[in-house]
Amino acid sequence: MAQSTAAPTPTTQTLTPLPLREIAPWAVFVGVLMLVLLYFVGAEQGATALVSGEGVHEWVHDARHLLGFPCH
Amino acid sequence: MNSVSVRILLVRGMLAGLAAGVLAFLFGYFVGEGSVDAAIAFEEANSHEHGGEELVSRSVQSTAGLATGVLVFGVAIGGIAALAFCFALGRIGRFGARATAALTALAGFLLVYLVPILKYPANPPAVGNPDTIGKRTMLFVLMIVLSVLLGIGAVLLGRRLAPAWGNWNASIAAGAAFVAAVAIAMVVLPHGDNTPKGFPATDLWEFRLASIGIQAVLWAAFGLLFGYLAERVLEPRSARGRVSTLAA
Repeated sequence: MAQSTAAPTPTTQTLTPLPLREIAPWAVFVGVLMLVLLYFVGAEQGATALVSGEGVHEWVHDARHLLGFPCH
Repeated sequence: MNSVSVRILLVRGMLAGLAAGVLAFLFGYFVGEGSVDAAIAFEEANSHEHGGEELVSRSVQSTAGLATGVLVFGVAIGGIAALAFCFALGRIGRFGARATAALTALAGFLLVYLVPILKYPANPPAVGNPDTIGKRTMLFVLMIVLSVLLGIGAVLLGRRLAPAWGNWNASIAAGAAFVAAVAIAMVVLPHGDNTPKGFPATDLWEFRLASIGIQAVLWAAFGLLFGYLAERVLEPRSARGRVSTLAA
């Protein structure tokens, strides 16, 4: 992978981009998982509810307000 | 470099997000909770229906509850930002790992938080009509999505103009285009504020300032810490800058 070019510039050399096909699977699976976490912190039992009741909403209440999400 | 490094970067991003979340929680607890309590005091003094038993007590909400929310948020944005970093690395110009991480975090703070809240600012308890929560949440998410897409568009525009215009002028043009597009979006979208009559302006200002502070602490700590951790993966040992053989 390391192609040593003739004139390496030690401090400013640009890093080799990571191939998209290697980022894609992580982006899809972990990215979606992270968005689900954000949903539970930011919107569950507010605008919509997957779990009934007010437990999730009340538990993360202060974080939701202070992080900037509309809470109630 | 293989997909192992994407996995390692992702894990480090989430850990950096967790650590940043701890700092943001401390900031929120010591700086933000005062204005939350003031808002709740206003709410209780001005409403008659809101009594009843508490599902989660205030002391739990302001400690364990706040910590849970902020730490989970930190891990989540850490993971997403790490993925964005993997994509940006080597693609946005001549930046090393640390600079790319700092720029990714700065972009995250601006695009995911600061630009959206200029239109839909954070509101303390008692501010906001529960009947419109669905609409307000949708508008807030829409504003975040717009801001992120326009930000990505601005970067692409800048990269495209750079060869002909030079980096400085291309960056100014891209930044100006972003500001103009965001301004149009903000004018067109309906406003979402509904502060109740008599709510103390000072409390509102302090709450919103605390909200900006908690997010600034979170993103700044994430960017700096993740930059350090990512650099150790991507530019091993003393060979900082000599990017080459990360074990395959």
